[in-house]
Amino acid sequence: MSVLVDIDTAVIVQGMGKTGRFHTDKAIAYGTKTVGAVHPSRAGQTERFTGATDHTGVQGRPDSYDVEVPIFGSVAEAVAGTGAVASVVYVPPPFAADAIMEAADAGVPLVIAITEGIPVADMVVAKRYLQDRNTRLVGPNCPGVITPQQCKIGIMPGYIHTPGKVGVVSRSGTLTYEAVHQLTRNGLGQTTAIGIGGDPVNGTNFVDCLELFNDDPDTEGVIMIGEIGGTAEEEAAEWIAANMTKPVAGFIAGMSAPPGKRMGHAGAIISGGMGTAAAKIDALEAAGVVMAPTPTDMGAAMMEALGA
Amino acid sequence: MKIHEYQAKALMAERGIAVPEGRVATTVDDAVAAVRPLIESTGNPVVVVKSQIHAGGRGKGRFVEHPDVGGVSVVLDGIDGGIEAVEARVRQLAEQMLGSTLVTIQTGEAGKTVNRLYIEQGIDIESELYLSVLLDRATSRNIVMASTEGGTEIEVVAADTPDKILKEEIDPAFGLLDFQAARIATGLGLEGDAHRNGVRFLKALAQAAVDLDTDLVEINPLVVTTEGDVMALDGKMSFEANALYRHPAVAGLRDESEEDPAEAKAKEFGLSFIKLDGTIGCMVNGAGLAMSTMDIIKHVGGEPANFLDVGGGADKDQIAAAFKIITADPNVRGIFVNIFGGIMRCDTIAEGVVEAVEEVGLEVPLVVRLEGTNVELGKQIIDESGLNVVSASDMKDGAAKIVELAK
Repeated sequence: MSVLVDIDTAVIVQGMGKTGRFHTDKAIAYGTKTVGAVHPSRAGQTERFTGATDHTGVQGRPDSYDVEVPIFGSVAEAVAGTGAVASVVYVPPPFAADAIMEAADAGVPLVIAITEGIPVADMVVAKRYLQDRNTRLVGPNCPGVITPQQCKIGIMPGYIHTPGKVGVVSRSGTLTYEAVHQLTRNGLGQTTAIGIGGDPVNGTNFVDCLELFNDDPDTEGVIMIGEIGGTAEEEAAEWIAANMTKPVAGFIAGMSAPPGKRMGHAGAIISGGMGTAAAKIDALEAAGVVMAPTPTDMGAAMMEALGA
Repeated sequence: MKIHEYQAKALMAERGIAVPEGRVATTVDDAVAAVRPLIESTGNPVVVVKSQIHAGGRGKGRFVEHPDVGGVSVVLDGIDGGIEAVEARVRQLAEQMLGSTLVTIQTGEAGKTVNRLYIEQGIDIESELYLSVLLDRATSRNIVMASTEGGTEIEVVAADTPDKILKEEIDPAFGLLDFQAARIATGLGLEGDAHRNGVRFLKALAQAAVDLDTDLVEINPLVVTTEGDVMALDGKMSFEANALYRHPAVAGLRDESEEDPAEAKAKEFGLSFIKLDGTIGCMVNGAGLAMSTMDIIKHVGGEPANFLDVGGGADKDQIAAAFKIITADPNVRGIFVNIFGGIMRCDTIAEGVVEAVEEVGLEVPLVVRLEGTNVELGKQIIDESGLNVVSASDMKDGAAKIVELAK
């Protein structure tokens, strides 16, 4: 079991430029069921991917792949033509929010937006648009979602992951890789790793992911990696205290970050002093989360939380 | 991106938001020349000379060279002395302020050089209020925030008297609605003409925030005049960097002299860099990892000299540029390169580091921690370079080593 994505998840790609193509190739090599792509001016064409497969020994996978991915003119056509249930967005920042809304309009249940640098105002509109629609957005500005050896949607290095029992959720890309790497090394492995992204306005949040992992029978514990700014970690702490039945480990980046450097002067005020790393760590510890003092200790903190 | 007060007020005026009349000056003569037309236009003999720097607290700030002069000076000489008296006083102030260093609560001890003055009309103030438009991350919407405690920092109000803060959420589908603006105006105690003007001000400001992709508009104080006008006595605007591409006129308001030169240089190379006061230079990929690299240096007893995220797809040139920016800081006594190669390959980082060291030399200890894609190849490049580089097995090990070596 896993959350959000598995071996049957049929994915379409929005934004088949240089970056999109590069990562689509890696995803197909990893085994992701990539069924189509969207490009208004290339409808009817195909994009070919060939190469050597990752983790070939698993589930009788062949050692190479050679696939033609059909290109559609719109998300709606791609969904109609392929039955895709997920979309990954590599569209450049000025057009990415529109791509997300198009996917929602087409009824895609899961949209994973990798794009970094989308204007906040565009995301405010996109989030408003998603409010009344049955689409879950992950990201933007995130590495994506991976269920080891089943489905990799995004830009994370596949080989560091291994199937296992820990759910990973994080606002930071490279810190996710650190955590995953340690969980692979200490033998715990991952059920699914979700990057929720580093933008101030994003789709899926910590609480959503904790809920998913709490309900997933194969997930035995969760590690959540947060950072300064906003109150998502505090909200997660509240939810954990009230609802979480599984052990949680955590790490918060930004203990030494100078105040006011990235956020506007009044930006910190809404949360009433709740944007600092110290406040987040306190809230999570009070909720029973085992906090790693440094990123190097994330794997060990998860071990401790699991009593392993 | 921050802009100056006079620029923010010009943007507001273009959008029908009431601001006092004023003129910007970069020379003493310009400052003096601004006086007569300003007084003739407004009929008010009082003018205010305001330092233009990208930092708050100017009114209470003082000049290093002239400790008796504040960053904002009200000139009352015109009440009895006429325009000539105002001109004489403005000349004296401009001579003292231009080119001098203003220290405020937000500039740090080093202060900031004042290169521009804004000569503004005096206002007969009835009351001072607070108003801002900013993103509320919890709801993913912009909100209008207001308070009767004008002139006070909003953080202080939030901590001491949170019930004095009024908030209205802006639904992106509808904008700030009339009744919402009216609710704030009423909450601020505005009545009659002032209420009407307040509603107009609020609606125009909320719309401007959306139209211009600001990440913060702060009017502190917002003033009600004795005649019932509602005006931005001060005005701060900053803009979301990701949206600047669609506002070329706003992008043109950037004042590079206000930016840290190293930070500006980093920006040119697409690197995210923030200068800090410590001694350990850091080069990291990924914002979260870069932040926690600073944390871990502190954790083992050191102080980071910078935050530096080279991003997920940096090339050799960017790595070399990053290295040069770090080594240019005279405080740096050791460098810690901490990379988890995902998309970015460790051999690319290693090549960039070796190239940069060969070019600029290395006078301080260097600890490199590589992990992830092509890690063995990366380590091999470092080892074979013959450079004096210490390898680290993990992040904590690396931090401990560089802090020890830099002692």
